[in-house]
Parts: sequence; structure tokens; C-alpha cells
Amino acid sequence: MQEYIYKKVNSIKFSFFSPEDIRKMAVAKIVTPELYDKEGYPVDGGLMDIRLGVIDPGLRCKTCGSKLKECMGHFGFVELARPVIYLKGANVIYDMLKSTCRECSKILIDENTRQKYVEKLGNSSRKAIAAMIKEKTKNVKKCPHCDAKKYSVKLEKPTIYFENDKRIFPIEIRARLEKVSNEDLRLLGYTPEAARPEWIILTNMLIPPVTIRPSITLESGERSEDDLTHKLGDIVRINQRLFENINAGAPEIIIEDLWDLLQYHVTTFFDNTTASVPPARHRSGEPLKTLTERIKSKEGRFRHNLTGKRVNYSARTLVSPDPQIELGEVGVPLEVAMELTTNERVTSWNIDRLKEFIKRGPKNYPGANYVIRPDGKKKKITDETVESLLEELQEGYIVERHLMDGDVCIFNRQPSLHRMSIMCHKIKVLPGKSFRLNPSVCTPYNADFDGDEMNMHIPQNEEGRAEAEILMHVQHNIITPKNGLNIIACIQDSITGAYLLTREMEFQREDAIELLLSIGWNDFSNFPKTKTINGRQILSALLPKDFNFIGYNMLHKEDEKEGMVVVKNGQLGKGIVDRAIIGKESGDLLRSMYIQYGPEKTLKALSNISKLGIKIVTNYGFTTGLVDTDVDEKIFIEINKLMDEALKKVDEFIEEYKSGKLEAYPSKTLRATLELKILEVLNKARNRVGKLVAENSSKDNPTIIMASSGARGNELNLAQIAGSVGQQALRGERINRGYDGRALPIFRKNDLGAAPHGFVRNGFKQGLAPYEFFFHAMTGRDSLMDTALRTPKSGYLYRRLANALQDLRVEYDKTVRAASNEIVQFCYGEDDIDISKSEAGSINVKKIIREAINK
Amino acid sequence: MDEIYKEYNGSIPEKLIGDVKKEVSKVKVTKVQLKEILDRVKKEYEAALISPGEAIGIITAESFGEPATQMTLNVKHFAGVAEMQVTSGLPRLIEIFDASKSIKTPSMEVYLKPEYNKDPAKVRKIASQIKESTLGDISTEFTIDITTMNVKVVIDKTKLKDLGITEDTLVKILKESIKGGVQVRLNKNEIVLKGKESDLHELYVLKEKAKAAFIKGVKEISYVLPVKRDNEFIILTSGSNLKEVMAVKEVDTRRTVTNDIHEIYSVFGVEAARQSIIDESTKVIQNQGLDINIRHIMFIADVMTSNGVIMGITRSGITGGKESVLARASFETPIKHIIGAALRGEEDYLNSVVENVILNQPVPLGTGLPKLIINSMNKKEKEKEK
Repeated sequence: MQEYIYKKVNSIKFSFFSPEDIRKMAVAKIVTPELYDKEGYPVDGGLMDIRLGVIDPGLRCKTCGSKLKECMGHFGFVELARPVIYLKGANVIYDMLKSTCRECSKILIDENTRQKYVEKLGNSSRKAIAAMIKEKTKNVKKCPHCDAKKYSVKLEKPTIYFENDKRIFPIEIRARLEKVSNEDLRLLGYTPEAARPEWIILTNMLIPPVTIRPSITLESGERSEDDLTHKLGDIVRINQRLFENINAGAPEIIIEDLWDLLQYHVTTFFDNTTASVPPARHRSGEPLKTLTERIKSKEGRFRHNLTGKRVNYSARTLVSPDPQIELGEVGVPLEVAMELTTNERVTSWNIDRLKEFIKRGPKNYPGANYVIRPDGKKKKITDETVESLLEELQEGYIVERHLMDGDVCIFNRQPSLHRMSIMCHKIKVLPGKSFRLNPSVCTPYNADFDGDEMNMHIPQNEEGRAEAEILMHVQHNIITPKNGLNIIACIQDSITGAYLLTREMEFQREDAIELLLSIGWNDFSNFPKTKTINGRQILSALLPKDFNFIGYNMLHKEDEKEGMVVVKNGQLGKGIVDRAIIGKESGDLLRSMYIQYGPEKTLKALSNISKLGIKIVTNYGFTTGLVDTDVDEKIFIEINKLMDEALKKVDEFIEEYKSGKLEAYPSKTLRATLELKILEVLNKARNRVGKLVAENSSKDNPTIIMASSGARGNELNLAQIAGSVGQQALRGERINRGYDGRALPIFRKNDLGAAPHGFVRNGFKQGLAPYEFFFHAMTGRDSLMDTALRTPKSGYLYRRLANALQDLRVEYDKTVRAASNEIVQFCYGEDDIDISKSEAGSINVKKIIREAINK
Repeated sequence: MDEIYKEYNGSIPEKLIGDVKKEVSKVKVTKVQLKEILDRVKKEYEAALISPGEAIGIITAESFGEPATQMTLNVKHFAGVAEMQVTSGLPRLIEIFDASKSIKTPSMEVYLKPEYNKDPAKVRKIASQIKESTLGDISTEFTIDITTMNVKVVIDKTKLKDLGITEDTLVKILKESIKGGVQVRLNKNEIVLKGKESDLHELYVLKEKAKAAFIKGVKEISYVLPVKRDNEFIILTSGSNLKEVMAVKEVDTRRTVTNDIHEIYSVFGVEAARQSIIDESTKVIQNQGLDINIRHIMFIADVMTSNGVIMGITRSGITGGKESVLARASFETPIKHIIGAALRGEEDYLNSVVENVILNQPVPLGTGLPKLIINSMNKKEKEKEK
């Protein structure tokens, strides 16, 4: 077996191959386009020569003696009958021809200026010097060294050069370039050690090893060759024909034709998508995929294989909700737990335990799948090998055992737009076939359960496990670095529950204790010694005992007193807990806890509050439906009156506009003013409908509870269902497009009224009129289009940002630096504060002072 | 008291001490309490410090990339009139980060000096002076007279008067601004233009040229709109020409801004351009109702301007300027970068992230940053060695 050498790569140098290099590294000279002989055995000197590597299992490489997958393959070479230009260097040759003399191959500047530039070489940018020299040589008429006349050079894309309209062939160009001195090359911005310009004109060509162009055997037993092999076959065939014709002394015109054909094949071998070259095609008409196409674009080598790699020890399946599971956990199906493994190194302390795992084997849970010997040999545990493996197991061996509760994993949902898209969870093995997730961690992943699938990865060494747990665990990602607000919080039902609980609920002591016990809480030292216990006191039981907090809930805007939520010494004294307190992106309570008590306790408290909320909702029997939006006859009439009034007002405005009485808003045209006024009136009417419905529903109406707790929905939704869907806006205006002067043919031309321009008077419950439905569909479609167009745009912006900023980091001296140590900021954000570790990037001085004084 | 503050100089940022001073002045505090307050501020500040190795670049990219998916694509945003559209949302953000040289809707906010910014009539007059007027703007009719082979322009006298130009001076101005040997003549209410050549096509070209002939005002400013903001009137413009607008004597040069970052760069320099990037990005983000911490915006602005010139976040900007060949190649146009590198004989020292990802090596970020060497020998062995 080949010895593997483990070393860190320090640097990578880029350069061209010289013809000598090519000869040296090639193991075979390819002389025939044939691939296999009659027996189907590779021909010697053919493109599938067995010296170029192995692609068939069982065979050994003729060059290095290794088997398939061990032998990386070896290069061969073809000697080209006539030199050919390497397409990607065509511009370099063009530049060289323009700036050097055609006779003596010196740069077309006189010796003195040249000397000046030579001196400059060490200190100023080579690029700048090269540009200056090229500029200087542009208008030279004669060579200052040998007085030869300068001809005008033209490049006809892709690879044909003309000098004073006479074609010059690669042989001649190559001869000229060979004479250019190394110093001149440096002046022109090239590095002769890495790439001499004549190397761009190929005399030898490398034949890539067969391992990068394997042939596939079809079901019929026929061999299908790789695109590269096809192209190479063309090159070798034409090359042989060219050789023969030259040797036979064929007329120059035939030779030149063949030469151009060879040039074409070589060009398309490197790049089959050049603009001015027709792409080489399969017989089916599909263009060949040659070297350049393999490398570039999203599916190319760089982005598909090098910066993104496939991994082992990973799983993917559907996600489904489980409010009972902890936030930091993920429910893993037994099938997954038995397929994926984590490794444990055998020590004298765990050898007996690990032996039990091996005994159970891969088919019984919790068992083990593989044993790895210290020399790296991996042994599968089967019924046959169990006995011998148990016997030889000793310290230093590694056992790959099944996943168990408490193992760490990394959990991810694409698109991974921020760091909270990849978090560490503890495994909880559960029956079923889906990953189970606490609904509260949906927000950071942006997951829902309508068929979303997620990925799981198992770290395979202690370093990985430690980093995952210490840096990536859910509890460390409660606060997003985007704006310092909490992204993991109570959602939906848990908010509704907490709202109901803290609003008015009261329990008998026994019931309260049972409630808390049912969510797994058994510390009742916070409870007052009364018979009845109210909701706030129950919630207080879950808070730390020395916790102090003042926050503002959603009522705060309207009612400052009611809007205060005060926690004093762990007791929730007053205030209704709603989304502004425990919800995402605003949960002040959670952030205060996070800063005071750290991640672990916060996550635990969040989990308990969330569970309590859901329990309350469950016991309460919370449900919602269309019935919630039913309104009394009286109110319905009132809604209609409201709408009618608004429509009448619109008509009045139009009348005013037509008679010229309407007064324009400052810096707006009359028409724009009318539009604005109409929009204003109609929106106001709809909002008032929402308020009206909300005010006249009972406060136990579930839809109202959801809206006022902030769990889901709002007054606008209510208005749209019970009252009127409202004005449909397209690009910020009323709907004006469609036919000449009207949006739909059922309207009168140039009618400025509400309905002809997309006002939907009916509510969803009443049902929409056909034209209303059409207008509604228009805006719906517009927003769909917007989403479809936006996603790729923002995705590209993100990719560019990530690529530009990825190596910037905070150094130990607190400066922000890029990859090669350039300083970008002397101090991150001007004060070194981490946004996710502080209160949105600031220290709450007020709170500190308040606490210090009241102590 | 001041002495206590002084003690903490250096260990707490100045701004934070300032905050404490401001808040403390509102209440009564003893020296002991102040010390305690400052101690706690220091403690919290130290707890909030950013950790070395934090991949702050990626965090910033994510902080923009994730909310960008929620931005709207609607390009138009009216400031009242159709002529005053301003690009907003995602397209504008892309424009800013690209550092694109020609932005879609250049516009300015022209502030006036206090003595001019109160009277709307005066402001309107200043605005009309700033606006670029062409012959097309001040005329009512353009006709091509085939019989005499010339172009006749009927002038709107009131508009001319508003600009404060007489008809004679108009002729003079036109002689200068229409080039190519065109004769300009005043005939009653009309201005008669006669070109050199006398074929119909030429005449038509002349007519179009005359329409766009510059008369008065500031070039590029195609529309002006006086608006009341707070207690004063300002002028919003469509089109931007910072240098010349600032030369107008009524303009408050300290507050007048344009949304063209490159123009700010060429007039005020790179520091101002940095601030302009911050302001413009903030505007977009607030407009979209998003919440992104100011540090991220500042960070991007710093990255874009840290070289002394504005570099966009594009393949020709920051990413294209990277030292590492593989980092450039893995972003866009890989072939170009690899061939260029080979010609120049470049060497990649694998200092940044992608190269090490490509080679399966630890990246120099976060826990991969420290280069710690641990002496694995225990004490006894060490003593033996000695």
C-alpha cells in the first residue's frame, strides 16, 4: 500500500509547463488515436494506454503498480507536428508582438529609458511599469536597437495573427518570442521562471491521465468514452495526418489547412465555449464538455467540489414538531441512530462498556457498527467478526457506536443564510421516521412543517464535539448578531398561553401545582401560601428568584400604566405577558435573563415558559374558526355605513377634483393629491372596520386573544375577513393598468371612483365580486413575481458579500484584519462590543445606575 | 468625582463614560455608589467584548444577506412627483455595495443658508435657478421650416422672464451652447436657427440638438422640488452635481448632500464617502423597516474604503483585489485568475479561508486562529532534558 504523507500545505505556486517539463513528467508518448485493439485491450501509445493509470477494478497501474483508487494517474504527451497557440495566452502573445521588435526581439524603447525602468523594477508595481512601457511602445515607428521597421500587428480572434495584413504563423512567432530576454519579460510584467511567452505556443501537449476521463461501460457492454478522450482523439488523429503530410511533402496549402484544424481541436480541448470558435459537438449535437467547462461556474470543480464537499456521518429527513422536546434537543429516528455513529476511543475505563456495544453489533440498539484499529484499518462488525474483534479489542482502538441520547450533533436547514441556520443539538432517540424539533427553534432555521427536510451531521472527534457544544449550541444562539435581539423565543400558542395565564387566570393551589408538575417543574418555593394562586404567580415560579425586570408589553403604546410588566425578586407583580415580553425580536425579558444568568438558564426558562403556555392552551381548549369573526346585525350595519361613508367621500373628492376645487398638497400635482386622499380615506375606513369588529367582540374571542397577545394575526386580518378586503395596491398606486382608460371592460372609461381602481369592498367572509376577485389576484400575482425575482438577486448579493468579507476577523490585538493582515478597523465597531453579547451593541447604563442606587 | 472617572479612562470607552456621566447627573449618587456603577459598567463592558478570532466579516455578510431576502424589489419610490423617483429597497442596496459609477436615480438634498430657507417664494426662485434649463424647457413650439430650411423656436416669454434672461442674451447663450457653425437670429417672437448644411436630416438633428441646448442653471439637475422639512425649506433634486450646486451662494454647503457616493468621494474625499455609504445604506434599511445594527453598516463602509479609494463588493472590487489566487478563482471567472497567476508566477500562501477549505485544512478564523504549540513533555522529562 502507498504510504500517505500528512503535511500542511504552506503555499501553492502557479506556473506554466515548459516543453521540457512536459517531456519530463509524461510517462508515455501518445502516437495513435486508436483506443483499444480487437480484444478490447488498450493500445500501447494510444489514449487509454495503461501507463496512464487504471480505471478498471482489479488491474494494476503499469507505471506505479498501485490499484484502482490508489493510483492517481499519470500524464502522457503528444508531440505536435506544428506548434499551436494556447488559446488563453493569445492576448499575451499579441501584447508581446506589439511591444517587441520583429527582428531583434527587444522592447521597443531605447536603452536609456529601458535602464530606468529596470531600476524601477524592484520598488514599484510591476503592473504599472508594464502598462507604462506598453503605452510607450505604441507609437514607435522603428526599433531603437536595430532600426528595423515596426509593422502593425493584428489579432484575428481567436488565434490568427497578421503583420501588415500578412499572416504570421506560430512557428515564426515562437522563434521571435524565444529571443526575448528574461529582463525584458520582467519589464513587461511576466515572470520568466514561471512562464516564458513561447511556452504559450505549444510544441508538446500534455495528455491528462485516464483517471480524470474514465470510460463507462454501458449495460450493452459497449464502452462510452469521456468527452475529453473524444477531443484528445481528434487532436492525435489530426496531428498524425499533419505529420504524414509534412513527411510526404504535401503542398503548403494542405498543410496549413490541417494546421488550422489542429489549432481548432486544441482550442476546443481547452475551452469549448470561446465566443468566436464554433463549439465541438457530439454526434447528437450536444456540445462537448472540455477542460474549461469542468472548472468554471456553479457546477464546476471550484464551487461544486472544492469549496463544497460531500460528507459522511450525515442524515437528512423530514422535520416535524414536538413541543415536549427540549429546545436544545432534536428527536432522531431509531433508523438514523443505528446507521450513524459516533466514535469512542477504548481506554481501560470504558473497555467493558464498549465491549457490550460490540456484542450487540449493528443490528441491536444501542450497538456498534465498526471498530478501527490503531493502524487505521476499519473493521465492520458482523456475526462472523464479532468474536475476533472482541478478543483483539484493547486500548487505543476506536469503536464507532450507535447514537445515544445526549450525543451532540449539528443540525442545519438550507438556505443557511445566517449562523443560526446551523446549530448544535443534543440527540434524543425517538420512534418514528422524522427529526423532531421544538417549534420555538423554527425561527432561526426559518423552518415550518409543511414538508421541510433538514440535515444532521455528527462530529467525529473530541475537538469537533467540544466546539459544537461550546460555540454552536442552541443556547448560545438565542441572540442574533444582526441586531442583538433574541431570535429564539416563545411563538404562537405559547404566547397565547402565557397571555391567557397572566391576564386573568386563577387556580386552586392543587391545580396550580399539578399544572407545573405536568411540565416537569417541581420547585414551589416561590409560591405564596394562599389557597388560590393566580396566573402571574405560576409564571413567577419559573423565573430565577433574584430576577428584577421592567419591561413594556404591547399595551404600552396606548396605556402606559397597563403596559408595564414588572418582575421584582422573581415575582411577576403586574402586567400581562405577551409577544413584546417573550416573543421573538422583542422579548426583553429573555434578553435581560440572558445577560444576567447566561445562556443555559435562559434556555431552560424559555423552554419552561413555552411549555407552560402550551399546557395552558391545551387545558383551556383554545380553538379558532370563522365563527370568531361573526358580528351582530347591528355592527354589520354599522360597518356598511362606514364603508358607504368612505365611498361617498371618495366621490366627493372626485367631484372636487373635476370642478377644480380640490386643493393640491404642497409639491404634489392635483391628480397625485386626489390619489393620496382616496387612498387615505379608504384605508382609514378599513382600519376602523377592524377596530369596530375587535371592540365589539368578547375578550374571550380566540381570534381577538391571538391578535392582542401578538401570537398570530392582527386587526387588519380581522377587518379583511369581517369587513372589507380594502384597496389593492400595485406598485404603490391604485390599479390603473389594463384597457384604455379603465382596468376592466365592465367599468366606464376614465371613471376615477374606488371600485374601478381596485377597491375591494367585500370581506373574505361575504365573498368577493368577480371584478374584486380579479383585482385581488392581480396584487397576489405581483407579489409572487416580486418574490421570484428577488430570491436570486439577494442570493447573489449575499454570495458576493460572503466572498468579499469571509477572511475578515478580529485579531488578538482587537484590530479587524483581512487575510494578509491589512487593518480594516482599529477597533471593531469603534468600541469592541460584540452585538450578540450586549444589549444591541450597548451597555444599559440606566439599568446599572438604577440597580446600584436602589440597592 | 472626576478623579473616579479618570481612574476608568482607558478601561472603558470614552463614550460609555460619557453616558454614565450624563445619566448620573440626573440623580444623586455618592462616591461609593459611583464607583460601584463604574465597576459594574466595566464588568458588563468586559463581558460584552468581542472575542479574538471572531469571523466578523461573515457575520456582517450574514446580517445583510438574511434580511435582503425580505426586501422589496419595487424600484420606484415617489417623493411626490413622477420625475422624482428614487431607487429604493434591494436594487438600491446592490447599487451601494457595487459602488456603481452611474447610479440609476442620482438626487440631491440641497439645504439653504438660514437667511434664505424660510420664505417659500424665495426658495422656489433659488430652486428654479439651480434647475438646468434647456431651450426645450422655455419654448412652446419647435418647427422645421422647409421653405427656408431653418428651425423656428417660439419662446415662452414668462418662463424666460422667470430665469431673468432677456431675449438678446438668450441669443448670445445659444450661439455658445449650440456648436457647429449654427446661425442664431432673433425674429420677433421667434428664434431662427440655421445650420451649415441644408438637408432635411441635418435639420432634424439640429432641432433635437437645439431642444437640449443648455440655457441656464446647474447641469445635470433635471428637476427640482422645494419641500418643507422640520422648520425650513429644502430643495430635493433629481440629478446630481454637487460641485456646482455648492457654488450657488444661497446654498448651505455644510449640509447639502447627494446620493452619489462617487461624487462625494471626488468632492470631499474618502472619509466623506465612507460616511455617505453608511448614510445611504441606513436610509435603505430604515425605509424597508429592517433592523440591522449600525456596526455592520460601518464595517462594510470601512471595508469598501479602507484602501483610500471606493471598492465595490464585486469581482473587480474587493474580491478581485485579494492576494490569494484561489480565493479569487473560487468566486468568479476562475480560468482568468489561474492563467493570470501562472503568467505572473504568483504564489498563494493560503492565508485566507477558501484556500484552506479547498485543501481540507483548518481555516485561520475562530478556533483555527491561534497557533499554539504545546510542549507535550511532562515535568520529569523536562528535567531530564536539562
